[in-house]
Amino acid sequence: MGQTPQEWVVLNDVVHKAETFRNLQGENIHDKIVSNIYAEAESLVSDVVELTNIKKDWDHRIDDIVTSRIFGYPLMLVLLGVVFWLTITGANYPSALLADLLFGLEERFTRLFQILGAPAWLHGLVVLGTYRSLAWVVSVMLPPMAIFFPIFTLLEDLGYLPRVAFNLDRAFKRVGAHGKQALTMSIGFGCNAAGVLAARIIDSPRERLIAILTNNFVPCNGRFPTLILISTIFIGAGVASTYGNMAASAMVIGLVLVGISVTLLVSRVLSRTLLRGEPSLFSLELPPYRKPQVGRVIVRSFLDRTIFVLGRAVVIAAPAGTITWILANVYIGDLSIVAHAAGWLEPFGQALGLDGIIVLAFLLGLPANEIVIPIMLMSYLAAGAMLELNSLSAMRELLVSQGWTWVTALNVMLFSLLHFPCGTTLLTIRKETGSFKWTVLSAVITTAIAIVVCFLIAQGARIFDLV
Amino acid sequence: MYTTEETTLANLPLGRRGIVKSLDAEGIIRRRLLDLGLIPGTVVEPIRKSPAGDPIAFKIRGAVIALRLEEGHRVCVRPL
Amino acid sequence: MGLTYQRSAKRVLRANFVNSPASDYIVALAGNPNTGKSTVFNALTGLKQHTGNWPGKTVIQAYGNYRYKGKMITLVDLPGTYSLFTNSPEEEVARDFICFGEPDVTIVVVDATCLERNLNFVLQVMEITPKTIMCLNLIDEARRRNIHIDYKKLQDKLGVPVIPTAARNGEGLNQLKDTVNRLASGLICPNPRQLRYEDSIEKTIEELAAELIPTLQDRINKRWIALRLIEGDYSVIASIKKYLGSSTFKEEFEYGTDTPRMGCFK
Ligand SMILES: Nc1nc2c(ncn2[C@@H]2O[C@H](COP(=O)(O)OP(=O)(O)OP(=O)(O)O)[C@@H](O)[C@H]2O)c(=O)[nH]1
Ligand SMILES: [Mg+2]
Repeated sequence: MGQTPQEWVVLNDVVHKAETFRNLQGENIHDKIVSNIYAEAESLVSDVVELTNIKKDWDHRIDDIVTSRIFGYPLMLVLLGVVFWLTITGANYPSALLADLLFGLEERFTRLFQILGAPAWLHGLVVLGTYRSLAWVVSVMLPPMAIFFPIFTLLEDLGYLPRVAFNLDRAFKRVGAHGKQALTMSIGFGCNAAGVLAARIIDSPRERLIAILTNNFVPCNGRFPTLILISTIFIGAGVASTYGNMAASAMVIGLVLVGISVTLLVSRVLSRTLLRGEPSLFSLELPPYRKPQVGRVIVRSFLDRTIFVLGRAVVIAAPAGTITWILANVYIGDLSIVAHAAGWLEPFGQALGLDGIIVLAFLLGLPANEIVIPIMLMSYLAAGAMLELNSLSAMRELLVSQGWTWVTALNVMLFSLLHFPCGTTLLTIRKETGSFKWTVLSAVITTAIAIVVCFLIAQGARIFDLV
Repeated sequence: MYTTEETTLANLPLGRRGIVKSLDAEGIIRRRLLDLGLIPGTVVEPIRKSPAGDPIAFKIRGAVIALRLEEGHRVCVRPL
Repeated sequence: MGLTYQRSAKRVLRANFVNSPASDYIVALAGNPNTGKSTVFNALTGLKQHTGNWPGKTVIQAYGNYRYKGKMITLVDLPGTYSLFTNSPEEEVARDFICFGEPDVTIVVVDATCLERNLNFVLQVMEITPKTIMCLNLIDEARRRNIHIDYKKLQDKLGVPVIPTAARNGEGLNQLKDTVNRLASGLICPNPRQLRYEDSIEKTIEELAAELIPTLQDRINKRWIALRLIEGDYSVIASIKKYLGSSTFKEEFEYGTDTPRMGCFK
């Protein structure tokens, strides 16, 4: 049996009858159905709900400030600044502690390998490649993430995110996008792939696509610590130490603002060219503020993030370290594979105010943004003298010795912020849009912008002799 | 603006409640507005504006829901 | 033959949505956005779906299992929607699951501080399936704001179980689990309040529903389908063809023999 064509005929017949009836009725039947249901709900509520001395809630007063004409926008900036400052300041100490611990262990591993008489290549592969990359990712990535996320989750549980979307909708409307894009961007801080998925809250396909294509301009979990690291060692270190963290936070806020501006700009261009169309209906519920379970949220989200970052370190950073070490230590002629590739990329890198190794690191970092910095450092180390890289100042020394200037630092951060989405995000875009074309376009748009911006800055700095 | 003449939701001053008279929308937008509870006879109150003046948040059937001016203009109300 | 047909057909329809042969019952969690569905899901399954105080946190349905009194229950956390009229992909997912996935129980999670809006959704679910439980969540918030809900009376009026809960603190969850088992096993037979429309609509519903019997047999609520057709929602036709006309359906029907289960779906 099953469904024979005969039964579809019956079905079509029924559809036809329903249509005739609807046309005869004249009035909108859907309206009647909805009104009927709501009327029923209303009458039930009046029967079973009783309100005694309604308490005036805090909500009202908090929202008066949070969405106020005067304080609304500045408050968002201040909150962002406080969150970053807490993250940067809070991460310093555990970061140093973890670095001491992990690089102390590295020495022990090295000694162990010596005692066992292991060949140099094995020591290089396992300790200088695999282990070191793991150690860098854990000491650099883990602390800021384990601090940022609990704070962010508290704001989320409190109910602040919809207010952000409420405040920013006007800007998104101007560029032909949807205010809920602000929510997808907030999720993007955690992971751009998740941000792309979150775009499902936007009903209209056109506006959803805009949100998907631009999500990458929010620095995710894997790039955010890179920005913090470079801001701290290049900007923060340039200022008196008490203000160092503030300067670094200001830098990171600046970058996030650049990301937001580029998002709006690209949204505007898309909605006037490839994705032209009418704005869809915008409706956003502002739920009441709810008191988060502070202790539980902090512990849970701290543990979640720690496990997440550690998991990725093991699954992605460790193998990437192994591979990079091989590439940096296998010689073809008198140059390593890395050196060959970097040499080939050097002119392009220089034009953007970067260098060949940086460009190579970004390319090899396609699977995951976390590994860009380890790849870069490992390649530099293989090229130059061996350094102990267990402190920020040592890292700064290494980078400066490789010819980094403030332009290099700035452009690395901008390139990180603007360049192509990571592999996971690209796959998610492919899945969500069902289109190869849009996936490629998402990589092309972002990378083109990254290249143009870096090029302009590098050439500007050269012309005006600022380096 | 303290009249009782029909106007649109977007024109209702903050704090002034109105009763929904009709919807000037068809198709999906009409269905969405109905889903939100904007059915003729519903009492609505604009409670706050975003810092840029648009969107506006309304109290609709117990929830606070923000709508852009465009949508607000699609809902005809009689001020109470 | 009749019984075998029904049972296997039921399993097969469901196989479009959940593949969980080991579980005894499939239970859907539906409701308006931000009412605590994922929180209930986490509390029951021990999993860690993301939750957050904004509507739209969950966009992809999640599956999880828990055991209660010897039964294995698969719980499905659906995205929150304002209605089951299909105006968006999420609404279609939720509607199709409730209607064509034929869950043994559908729990509608409701925000007790905003009952009217949420009841609107409950009534829509009850139009599709009688095997509905209303989970009156955030009851702690309602208490804090001096909102008193006579849920016994509400339960009588609705004709389906109403369970007050505060999922974040675990309050009321045992009673919820208990009710799920009893409803799924047929110990409770809900008698949901039927919405009545004006006479001309009612008459047409009846006519069309009768004509749908050969196509839908006793699997899907014909009254509800008829109503959708009357108001011109053709996405439901696409879904009927998709789920009832799928090749898995035919294959499984021919080979499937399953032990009949208790139930009160007529
Ligand atoms: N006070 C209180 N808060 C709760 C309760 N249940 C859930 N919450 C909070 O309500 C918010 C929303 O909960 P979720 O579980 O994410 O809601 P949801 O229904 O899954 O939301 P969507 O996925 O967006 O549809 C979260 O911040 C929860 O912590 C409760 O019983 N009491
Ligand atoms: Mg959820």
